Amino acid sequence: MTHVEQPSGTRRDFLFVATGAAGGVATAAAVWPLINQMNPSADVQALASIQVDVSAVEEGSQLTVKFLGKPVFVRHRSAEEISSAKDVDIDTLPDTLARNPNLAADAPATDENRAMPGAEQWLVMIGVCTHLGCVPLGEAGIYNGWFCPCHGSTYDTSGRIRSGPAPENLHIPVVTFTSETVLQLGASA
Amino acid sequence: MSGIPHEPYEPKSRLEKWIESRLPVLGLLHTTLFIPTPRNLNWMWIWGIVLTFCLAMQIATGIVLVMHYTPNTSLAFASVEHIMRDVNGGWALRYVHANGASLFFLAVYCHIFRGIYYGSYKEPREITWIVGMLIYLCMMATAFMGYVLPWGQMSFWGATVITGLFSAIPLIGLDIQTWLLGGPAVDNPTLTRFFSLHYLLPFVIAGLVIVHIWAFHTTGNNNPTGVPVRTGTKKEVDADTLPFWPYFVIKDLFALVFILVVFAAIVGFMPNFLGHPDNYIEADALKTPAHIVPEWYFLPFYAMLRAITFDILWINSKLAGVLTMFGSIAVLLFLPWLDTSRVRSGRYRPMFKVWFWILVVDFVMLTWCGSQPPEQPFVIMSQLGTLYWFAFFLVVLPILGIVEKPLAPPASIEADFREHYGTGEDAMARAAMSNPAE
Repeated sequence: MTHVEQPSGTRRDFLFVATGAAGGVATAAAVWPLINQMNPSADVQALASIQVDVSAVEEGSQLTVKFLGKPVFVRHRSAEEISSAKDVDIDTLPDTLARNPNLAADAPATDENRAMPGAEQWLVMIGVCTHLGCVPLGEAGIYNGWFCPCHGSTYDTSGRIRSGPAPENLHIPVVTFTSETVLQLGASA
Repeated sequence: MSGIPHEPYEPKSRLEKWIESRLPVLGLLHTTLFIPTPRNLNWMWIWGIVLTFCLAMQIATGIVLVMHYTPNTSLAFASVEHIMRDVNGGWALRYVHANGASLFFLAVYCHIFRGIYYGSYKEPREITWIVGMLIYLCMMATAFMGYVLPWGQMSFWGATVITGLFSAIPLIGLDIQTWLLGGPAVDNPTLTRFFSLHYLLPFVIAGLVIVHIWAFHTTGNNNPTGVPVRTGTKKEVDADTLPFWPYFVIKDLFALVFILVVFAAIVGFMPNFLGHPDNYIEADALKTPAHIVPEWYFLPFYAMLRAITFDILWINSKLAGVLTMFGSIAVLLFLPWLDTSRVRSGRYRPMFKVWFWILVVDFVMLTWCGSQPPEQPFVIMSQLGTLYWFAFFLVVLPILGIVEKPLAPPASIEADFREHYGTGEDAMARAAMSNPAE
């Protein structure tokens, strides 16, 4: 029996590992475009800001506009809706955050932090249930806010989740009043 | 290829010899077609052929439907109506394709529950079982994406809800959802990629089907007794088995004809029975249908998704529901190692039988709950049904193997066959008795 000495850490070993590593990196680099092509294309990303005239929206009614492929609710709230939204202990809510990108991320879910600043009759929200993305129905559910027909989540008149499987309050979009009656959705260019 | 010894293929004509010495495809076909098959297979062993037929039918009808369909949000709905009204026989092709998916899933559920009852997943058929589960997952993905293509209200909102499942993943969920959809919401990029994958996946399934058959042709078929084919001598093999062709092919085709009669009646007389009227309304991103329901074959898992209305520890109810739904299918993958019983077939397991039939009833009940609105009593029924589903696989099966006292299975497949069908001579004698005039 002959015993052949197997040298380790040779130039050959190094070349073997280096070639394998280079091949792996090259394969990953070749696969990446195939994955990245599924991300939003330039024309989809371009539609990031629109203006909405809300002068015709009567008190107690709602305008729904399509923004970034999703509905946005523009609700002109009545006095009762505002008072019932304010008459809630924040600590009892399932989600205590305002979910308002116009404010700090940890802003509490008070009605002031959800309605338009200085115009509390206006509530502007992305009309997409935070459970699985259905469009909730307005003036429905036991809190007379919104009710999601898909899995039974109910939101109050401030769009805050109160019962059902949805984990978060309805999200507020990036929004400002550019004049008394014109809303701008999305950041200004 | 087969673990059971059988006659090797001998090429006879010069052409056969010429081909076989260059590509042994004739031998492969011969081995596959004449594989020794346990002679006691009952009527629950027909679903494999039904499933193979469904795959072929869906691919054939699908390829011709694509010749008339347009995957674009502004044209998809109209092109489906074009198929229904203008294309020669288009209505039949589309109804066969749509109802074919239902037949496919009905057959796969029968096939899976047959496997569970007779312990077909147990050693040495674990890989057959796991490949089968991968086929089932591909079937679900294919069916889901296919249902989006007509671009009706249920298509759109079904896609929104199901891709919304991915947004429950912590931290990266929203990015994954955006990546899947190709934008902030379901839209044209979503439709085109679903179309591409809906065309691709059936061919992946076809490849997996070959692996599935390869695996159980290596181990040999299971059978209602779970007793393996005796492979000691040629005589024993012949006593336990019959060649697949013609015995089982003809039997399976007979069953297929019967099933296709019912299928044709549904396609002809009630083609929309399993569909939803809302899908004849074109997709509208601003209006959710009052009641979103997936196709019937997803309902049990949809019921489990909706059953989790409460947080589990630090996991919020949304993520917990998604994990429950995927987990309910994932437990099936681990089934070969969750069942601790040494007896393979449920026929000889008196306690297992009871739990098994409760599981079947549970599955049917969850299907019904999934079709109902998210209200009481369906929520509590879904919750109990979900609990039983997981308890069966994670608690009952492991414990049963220890506490259950199984009956003794027969000594051989031959013994079981004689007990059920007698010997050939008996049968001939009976036939002669019942027909004395001849």
